[in-house]
This record gives sequence, structure tokens and C-alpha cells, in this order.
Amino acid sequence: MTSILETKELVKKYSEITAVNGISFDIREGEIFSLLGPNGAGKTTTISMLSTLFPPTSGDAFIGGHSVLREPMAVRNLIGVVPQELALYEDLTARENLIFWGQMYGLSGKSLRMRIDEVLEQIGLADKAKVRVKTYSGGMKRRVNIGVGLLHKPRLLFMDEPTVGIDPQSRRAILDSVKGLNQQGMTVLYTTHYMEEAEELSDRVGIIDHGDLIALGTQAELNRQVGENDTLVLHVDETQNGETLAVAVRNIRGVLKADVTDHTVAVLTSQAETIMAPVILKANELGMKIRSVDIQEPNLEAVFLTLTGRALRD
Amino acid sequence: MKKLFLIGLKDLKLAFRDKAALIMMLLAPFLLTLGLGAVTGRFSGGSSSGISHIPVLLINQDHEQLGNALVEAFQSKDLDELVDPTLYNDTAAAYKQVDDNKAAAAILIPEGFTRSILPVQGQEPSGKVVSIEVYTNPTAPTSVGVVKTILDEFMSQVEVGRAGGEVTVTQLVGSGRIQPQQAQTIGLAAGTEQASETEQNTSIRLNNVTSKGQAVKFDILALLAPSMAMMFLMYTVSNGGRTLLIERSQGTLPRLLVSPTTSVQVLGGKMIGIFLTGMAQMLILIVGTTVMFNLEWGDPAAVLVLVLLAVFGAVGWGLLLTAIAKTPGQVSAIGSALMLVFGILGGGFIDTNSMPNWFRLTTKISPNAWGLDGFTTLALGGGLHDILTPLTALFVMGLLLFAIAVLLFNRRGLTTN
Repeated sequence: MTSILETKELVKKYSEITAVNGISFDIREGEIFSLLGPNGAGKTTTISMLSTLFPPTSGDAFIGGHSVLREPMAVRNLIGVVPQELALYEDLTARENLIFWGQMYGLSGKSLRMRIDEVLEQIGLADKAKVRVKTYSGGMKRRVNIGVGLLHKPRLLFMDEPTVGIDPQSRRAILDSVKGLNQQGMTVLYTTHYMEEAEELSDRVGIIDHGDLIALGTQAELNRQVGENDTLVLHVDETQNGETLAVAVRNIRGVLKADVTDHTVAVLTSQAETIMAPVILKANELGMKIRSVDIQEPNLEAVFLTLTGRALRD
Repeated sequence: MKKLFLIGLKDLKLAFRDKAALIMMLLAPFLLTLGLGAVTGRFSGGSSSGISHIPVLLINQDHEQLGNALVEAFQSKDLDELVDPTLYNDTAAAYKQVDDNKAAAAILIPEGFTRSILPVQGQEPSGKVVSIEVYTNPTAPTSVGVVKTILDEFMSQVEVGRAGGEVTVTQLVGSGRIQPQQAQTIGLAAGTEQASETEQNTSIRLNNVTSKGQAVKFDILALLAPSMAMMFLMYTVSNGGRTLLIERSQGTLPRLLVSPTTSVQVLGGKMIGIFLTGMAQMLILIVGTTVMFNLEWGDPAAVLVLVLLAVFGAVGWGLLLTAIAKTPGQVSAIGSALMLVFGILGGGFIDTNSMPNWFRLTTKISPNAWGLDGFTTLALGGGLHDILTPLTALFVMGLLLFAIAVLLFNRRGLTTN
């Protein structure tokens, strides 16, 4: 497969802060590539540079052979962008929004009208097309937001955390639509901090943290980095601080790493069944109430924990 | 170019879907005009025009029929409240009074003025036209406009008399009813009679005759309506500029900038949007006040040109404000302050002519002052040629402010605060 996107040592600095630190990767035509990382890892900055919103401090990227630095207009014609935040005119109807954005991509006349009808069907809003966007639910707005990015049938679609803050039903619909678009031949760069989404959608995954691309490959390749290790996941009572438990279990023999996100303690270990009892005992000693315990086989969460010592949703 | 208009039309549509903006753009100026009109007695038969006792200096070196008639016109009862004429003998002293801001204009009626128009019986006309000289105070454009209009009216009556005499004589000689040697005497008598008849019928007052011959009366609303329209135009342009910052924070601006649209197209489109919204606002207010209050704005073509340039000048301020401010809230706050300050500087609330020189010069930074100057002149019966100064000032203002705004945007970038 040929690469539609290739980044070379892409760097973005804001004064003293390095948001993206020399990342290099490629995306192959027809694949779904996920950029997985916690909030503030540099995912949106990377997409902003790739979509020519602002130039990199150094390095370059090529989309369809065009440099984002030197040929931004050629790049913009090849890409579609679904931004993380809703970027719509809420006082316009869905159809009016699609008309305006379609015109910005050079569509007009009958071809624009036909394409809008197709997209409205695709996002399931054909019957609500003449209603102002401000009256829509959050999920419906997200769907229009995606529809705008699809109008001109881009070769490469950037989707920046499109499921943040929406209900499970709308999230399911969006994930299905991403798979559907990919089946139609569209290449997708999908950023997320949800491990499950990256696992469900991606052909390949890049894991990004603090501006560094710390891992890259297929899910099987990444999981191999964890080896035979499992993850013991403990959900503690919401009134209690999981951090205390995470610190305490790190001293238990067989525990490789332990970290906490919200009220979930993730423990990386090669002997999940063996250490489960001492971990629960330790929780009892600390007076903590365990609501549930899961043993997860190697996954991207475990990969992130292995590589950074931190849980993904930090 | 097409994208510029598409962005502009989108902004126009959004502006007219914003109920709060509509109230400020259309209802507020309309109601304020109505309220102030009621206060000044416009709707109860009152005659106050808001412009009164304009100091005018007359230097009559002609001392003959027409020179004296012009002086009498300025001293007539009809213009008693409007102008405050003073006779001067010393031209330099009169001009100095104007320079010192103690008079709106000095009118020099040179020697031979009457004879250059009406030949003395038994003498051949000199053939040389002697012109009246008007020395004006540039800091009092509205008052100067009034004085010029009175002069125009007087001169048109003189012209009516002269042309009337010529036509009468030509017809009488052609029909053989008089001999050619009687032509001068009869022509002079006929012309004088026609001129005096005209004077009796439409004696010089602030009732001007337009080029179409339709009588128009200066109306307090002709001062208030443009004044309010210009003031709320400043709201519209600052609100329009604010939308650029709102689009930035709401993500539609970055989205535009990752589409095949350049930042120049985006900025130009926003400017067109603000411009179209301002034009729509002004034209709706003009048509509204014309229909509802029977207000005469003057020559429609000239009014349209003035509206175009007044909006252009105001848009320059809107863009500059947007380029300086960092948040939509800042634009709102500064924009509201600017709207009020410019409203005052424009002369809609206070008589700026009675203010110190520095104040009157300061008013020139506002599109309101220039706009109001032009609108008043047109309402008094002036034409496009009478408002060239405000038109030029507004054009230069818009161009200059737009250039500064573009420089600031270039330095900072469209997507950063």
C-alpha cells in the first residue's frame, strides 16, 4: 500500500513548551490510523499542523505528495477535517451549513445539492435538514460536524476526538460511520484518548504522550510490547482516593506497574490471579471499598501503562 | 472573489437572524429618532430645526440691486432664527473672524456683481462674470452647508430672472412686437419682474427647490435620523467585527482556514459581510423614515453614494477594533463606548459648532461627523458635488483603517489572540 501521508520530524513549540516533539509516521491509503494519547499529548496540535492550520516549527509533512508547508492549498483540497469542537453556524439549518461549507470546497449547483442529500442521508438527518442547528441535540450536532468534513469526498479524513462528550448511542453511530467511510475507501486519521475506540477502529495505532510518538504499529505488534502481562483493574468506591491504593500495591511482589485514573486502579502484572488476593487484602488494610475487579488481557491500555508508567486517561 | 461574497452573504444572513442584533440595528435607532423627534416638536408642528443663529458675515462691495437683495435675503424675517448676519466692510477682518471660529462663513459680494448680471440701462454688458466669494469655516460643515444652500437658492432666483428676461425679449423680437433697440430695456424690466415674482412666491428661507422643482423643507428628522442611523451603524460594524472573534473561539474560523480558502479571502469576506449588513441597516432606516415620517433625505443617488462611503468608513473602524481586541467581549465593550463617543462627536446630541476648536477637529475622526455633514447637506437640497469633501474623507478613513487592520491581522495571524 502507498502512503497518503508522511510526516518527517514534525515539531511544534510554543515559547518554552514543546507540544509536538519531532514525530514521524506514515498513513497508508485506505487504512484507519489512530493517534492514541491522553489529553494534552499533542494529538490536536499534530492534526492542526497536518491540516495546514498553522505551520510546524520544524520538520514537514506530505499529503498526497504535497508539502503542508509549501503547498497548503493543494493539501487542503485532499483533506477533510472534523474538528474536536463543534464548528458550525448554529443559527443556520443543517442544510444551510452544508451548502456554505460545500461552497467553500468549491462545490456548487446540482452536484452540491446531490452531495448534500447524500451526506444528510449518511448522517441520518435528512428529515431535520431544515431545522436550525442550535435546536439539535449534542449528538445530532456532532453528526452535522462530521457531515461537513465529508461533503467534498476527501481522500484523507482527519477526525479529532469526534466522540467527546456525547451519549453512547451517538458514539456508536459515529464509530459505525467511520468504519462505513473506510469501507468506501476513505483513509482516516482518528485521534482519541479512548483505548476501546482505537482498538475497534484502527488498522494501525500511534501512541503519543507529551508530544512524543512512543509506539507505532498494528494492535498485535503493540500488544507484544506488553508480553504476557495482564492488567488487573480495580474500581474503588467514588468517595475514596485510588492513588493511596496504587502506591501501596506497587510494593507487592509480581506487580510491574500501577497507576490510577479517576477511581480505577490499573495494575500491570504477569501473575494476575496470584496477586489478586494480596491486592484486595491491601485495600482492606487501607479501609478501601473495592466495587469490582477485572483481569484484562494485553491491550493498548496496558501498552500505555508499560511505556509510560501511567494510565491512559490521565 | 466568489468566496468573499459567499462569506459576506452568510454573515448578512446570520446578522438578520440575531434578534438582539436586529433590535440594536433597526429598532433602537428608529425609536430614538422617533423619541427625539417628539421631544423637539417634530410631530406636534414645532419648527425647531436644531440648527439656529448661524453667524454669517456679509461684505457688500456691490451696493447695487442684487448685492443689496442678497444682504436683505440674509436679514429677512424668514431666516431670522436660522442665520445671524453681520455686515462688514473690511474683508480681511471678516475672514479673520471666520479663522478665529467666530463665524461659519463670510460672503464677499464684489463690486460689479449686479452689473455683470443685469446691465445698466444704456450700457453694454461687461461680459465678465463677477463671482460671489464664500469663505468658510471647515470645522462647521453643517452650518456652511446651510449658508451655501441659501446662496444657491438666491443665485438660482437670479438666474431665473436673467433667463426669463432673455426668453421674453427673444420671443418679442422674433414675433416683431418690439424693435431690437428696445430689447435691452424690456428684457431688464421683464427679468426684474420675474425675479421679484419668484422671490415673492418662494422667498428665501430654508425651503429649497430641488433640481426637480419640488419643494423640500428642512426637517429636524433630517438631522436626527441620519445621526441615529450613523450611531447605530457603529454598533453594527463593531458587532460584525465581533463575529470574527466569535468564529475564532467557536471553531468555524479555523475550519474555514483549513478549507481551500485563504486568510485574505476570509478577512475580505468578513469585511463584505459587515459592509452588506451596514448597508442593509442604513437603507432600511432610510426607507423606513421616508415612508413613516415622510422624511426627505435628498437626491436618492447622492444619498446612496453617501451611504456606501459612510458604511465603508465605519467598517474600517469595526475592523480596526477587531484587530486590536482579543476577545468578543472586548469588542463589545470598546464598540459600545465608541458608538456613544462617535454619536456625540457626530453632532447628533450636541451642537458641536459651539464647542472649542480642538473639539470640532476631534469630531473629524468619526465617520458620524462626516456622514451627518453629508446627509444634512443633501436634505437641504444639495447634490453630489456639495458632499465631495465628506465623501472623500469617509473613503480615505475606510481605506486607512482597513490597511492598519490588515497589518495588525498579518502580524498576529487570524487564529491567535
